[in-house]
Amino acid sequence: MVTWTDISGIKQKIAESSAEEVTASYLEKIGKSCINGFVRTWDRALEVAKAIDAGDQEGPLAGVPIAIKDNISTTGLSTTCSSKILQGYVPPYDAHVIGKLRDAGAVILGKTNMDEFAMGTSTESSYYGATLNPWDTDRVPGGSSGGSAAVVAAGEAPVSLGSDTGGSVRCPAAFCGVVGLKPTYGCISRYGLISYANSLEQIGPLATCVADIAALMDVIAGHDHRDSTSINRENNYSEALKDDVNGLKIGVPEEYFGEGIDEGVEKAVWDAIGKYEDMGASWKKISMPHTKYALASYYIIAMSEASSNLARFDGTRYGFRADGDNWHVMASNTRAEGFGDEVKRRILLGTYALSAGYHDRYYLKALKVRTLVKQDFDRALSEVDVLMGPTMPTPAFKIGEKIDDPLSLYLADVNTVPVNLAGVPSISVPCGFSEGMPVGLQIIGKHFDENTIIRAAYSFEQNTAHHTRRPREVV
Amino acid sequence: MVYENPDGVKIGLEVHVQLNKLKTKLFCGCSTDYHNDEPNTHVCPVCLGLPGSLPVINERAVEFAIRIGLALSCEIVEQTQFHRKNYYYPDLPKGFQTTQYDYPIASKGKVIIEGEDGERVIRITRAHMEEDPGRLQHIGTIEKSKGTLINYNRSGMTLIEIVSEPDMRSPKEARRYLDKLRSILDYLDVFNGDLEGAMRVDANVSVFGGERVEIKNISSFKGAERALLYEIMRQKNHVRRGGEIVMETRHFDEARGVTISMRTKEAEHDYRYFPEPDLVPLRVAERAPEIQKALPELPDARRERFLRQYEMSNMHARALTNEIKVADFYEDVAGKVNPKDAAVWVADILRGELNYRDLGIDAFAAKDIVTIIELVTENRITEQSGVEVIRTILDHGGKPQDIVKDKGLLKVEDDIVAKAVKEAIAENPEAVTDYLGGKEKSLNFVVGKVMQKTKGRADAREVRERLVKDLNDQS
Amino acid sequence: MITKEEVEHVGWLARIRIDETKSDAYAGKLNSVLDYFGQLDKVDTEDVPPTYHVMDIVNVFRKDEVTESMPQDAVLSNTEYRKEGNFKTPKII
Repeated sequence: MVTWTDISGIKQKIAESSAEEVTASYLEKIGKSCINGFVRTWDRALEVAKAIDAGDQEGPLAGVPIAIKDNISTTGLSTTCSSKILQGYVPPYDAHVIGKLRDAGAVILGKTNMDEFAMGTSTESSYYGATLNPWDTDRVPGGSSGGSAAVVAAGEAPVSLGSDTGGSVRCPAAFCGVVGLKPTYGCISRYGLISYANSLEQIGPLATCVADIAALMDVIAGHDHRDSTSINRENNYSEALKDDVNGLKIGVPEEYFGEGIDEGVEKAVWDAIGKYEDMGASWKKISMPHTKYALASYYIIAMSEASSNLARFDGTRYGFRADGDNWHVMASNTRAEGFGDEVKRRILLGTYALSAGYHDRYYLKALKVRTLVKQDFDRALSEVDVLMGPTMPTPAFKIGEKIDDPLSLYLADVNTVPVNLAGVPSISVPCGFSEGMPVGLQIIGKHFDENTIIRAAYSFEQNTAHHTRRPREVV
Repeated sequence: MVYENPDGVKIGLEVHVQLNKLKTKLFCGCSTDYHNDEPNTHVCPVCLGLPGSLPVINERAVEFAIRIGLALSCEIVEQTQFHRKNYYYPDLPKGFQTTQYDYPIASKGKVIIEGEDGERVIRITRAHMEEDPGRLQHIGTIEKSKGTLINYNRSGMTLIEIVSEPDMRSPKEARRYLDKLRSILDYLDVFNGDLEGAMRVDANVSVFGGERVEIKNISSFKGAERALLYEIMRQKNHVRRGGEIVMETRHFDEARGVTISMRTKEAEHDYRYFPEPDLVPLRVAERAPEIQKALPELPDARRERFLRQYEMSNMHARALTNEIKVADFYEDVAGKVNPKDAAVWVADILRGELNYRDLGIDAFAAKDIVTIIELVTENRITEQSGVEVIRTILDHGGKPQDIVKDKGLLKVEDDIVAKAVKEAIAENPEAVTDYLGGKEKSLNFVVGKVMQKTKGRADAREVRERLVKDLNDQS
Repeated sequence: MITKEEVEHVGWLARIRIDETKSDAYAGKLNSVLDYFGQLDKVDTEDVPPTYHVMDIVNVFRKDEVTESMPQDAVLSNTEYRKEGNFKTPKII
């Protein structure tokens, strides 16, 4: 049975056996999984792998299995945002990234579990139940792309796609000890990504190593005329895979080590920064004074946009429909029964924040604060090449620990949300352990300077062994 | 004479114009040519609001909007951004309508109409772009509806909403304004006003400086005039009885010709406008000069030119320039016959006959009216016969020459023959005496003289018969 | 502070039925978050423009060219509530 293999390992296995055998072994492993990372597998995966073996399809990812977050539309494969309200919904079209993956020969294994509509930091709010962290099944895998991170960490897929609105790729990557990238806003087409907060989110890859992140980016990034916010800019990500940080200037925002940071996390991150110094980089402390307001700004913007983005789920055209003798009653019942508690709370708060009398105080104010946060990044990144800090202030917490206290969950996103407000790219790489749980180092770059953070992450990986540690087989 | 406006009537109109001459919808490539097609056959993930779909603006729609704005003498906005207008209704597949809000593409314009007391300027507040919702159809009667059917073919069509200031003082002025607006839009070639739903009107009206009442569901210009007449009467009566007019929305019941209160609480509408994150701003003012240069001659300018160039009456100039097709038709005819004759025949006679039959100018061929005018001016048929030919063509079809022949309308020619016969008899007494004396052949001489006088246009046999008859009558 | 009545009003605006018995509980949870949001009141944003779009791009258009629409079957494939090519819902009056 395959396990913890990167793309080059997969290609070697395909050469030795076949794409079909590789895919079959993953499906077998998924079938025995107890972490609830996949919400459904694709019944045509083997067929696609066979076609690759037959030589019908070539491409940089020919035969490479991949797991897709349940909010990225896949033709013929149900896509539900792990919500009751989208039960039975089968998209009649592919997301842009899915088309790119199919063209590159990737084999879609299935859809991964997530916080309902990507609203969460723990993957506990899924209609399908929580995903478990493969390192410790009493703990959460992080979220909202918890399934996508957990299946990679557990060796149930070599690579996966998630989406990152306020840390939803980087948080679970950190909690599960894998690599996750949130690209620059506009770098990857969002066409087909079911929106939570569209001014903030990007699709992002997760993998066991930085090289695979670059390989996926080379396939999925790039301009798409169907997404008006997609930027037309060519880049080769794999070219950034160089073990060289000589002269790299690192900024360490002191605000990222604020109140409530776990000691083990703090130590692992400082050790990593020390390692960079050894490798020839320099670092300095830097201040980003509006970081403490980023969370409130982020949540107001995200909830406001979400309240509108999720308005289309009214039981009329697809998905779950409740009873009701007129349309408005039907829609209200459908939404009351079809959405989970956290989604409903965010829709209500977002509706409130946009409503007459509160729009300026909440929504508009949050957008102004967003400007200040962005200016912090502009200033800091004019002085240094990259920013580094802990992805998450703590290691993965226990399942159920925070689910009843929304605010405490929101606070966990303190270091990830500023990045989305500013639209800059950020990667989380494993940098050590605390309480036996993985710790993630966050490396933030300038707009469209993915290559610098990829190079920094790759160099770290080449000179450390954190990423080679794997959870023991969970059965 | 100055119009006193005794009841202090103030009418403002909001007109929705569907730009059905665009090939595709506002935000997707679906064809706009749906009017005769099956329901839900002109939709895609975008206009169906499927999860994950994203809008992209139709460039030509923006150009059309600017064209309209310029034709209404508006200022074109420097920069604008589409907003979301959030409300729930089954015809809105996304749960919001994408529309322009604080910065309409065009504003502060004017339309000049023939008012109660001469030329009157109606100020245009704004003209903004938005998307059309789908179409609802109630199963059963409105009162006992068993359900609603939804067809999204119309969803996403480009609308321009043109909002006027309350500058109209009577239903007649409102009607004139609507006619003028349609005339201008016709000239701009941005819409086909004959298609169903191409122009939809909402009105607001107040009397004696009271609160304004909005009237919705007006489906035609005639309906607008009727709805306003009713509503003004209702408000006047209400005030006379000591009542107070409250701000409200009323529904026009076309069949009964009355307006009915919709009893909606205004507080229930809170549209929570915010900028559409999926669309980037439009900075299009710099395109205005070029579009301005390419604007066609508009009705007012063409009317002025007709007055100058063809020396026609003001009334004729107005009648001939309201509809671009009529104006083109006229100029076609005026190029072939005397323009003054053409004005009378096209503006008064032909249009009268067409209006009587509810037909457009398309129903008549320009070359036929040219033939008729020629026949009349050459004195070959009477004016009355000319009208008869027009009626015959409209009611039964046929060519003017054939109709004239079949109906024996060449009365003028008969007169010429009769006159020539009389003259020939008087001028040739010898031949006449010989004939009457029994010399049959002498008649041929007189026939020859008649033929000379009519330049051979007369029929020799007819001339002989007429001579015989006249001479017999004489003796 | 959001009141029970406001929760019900917002629930109506958002078309989410809220049982009267639960609106108090909702108000409690929403208020703890709104309290937290209130810290933005302290930030001086005088003369700070709002950031609606993080990337400074304008004028993204497509040409007025027809692309293929979906077949009616596919359009209606995600619902069992349909009639004669239309979507069907409870009455809207």
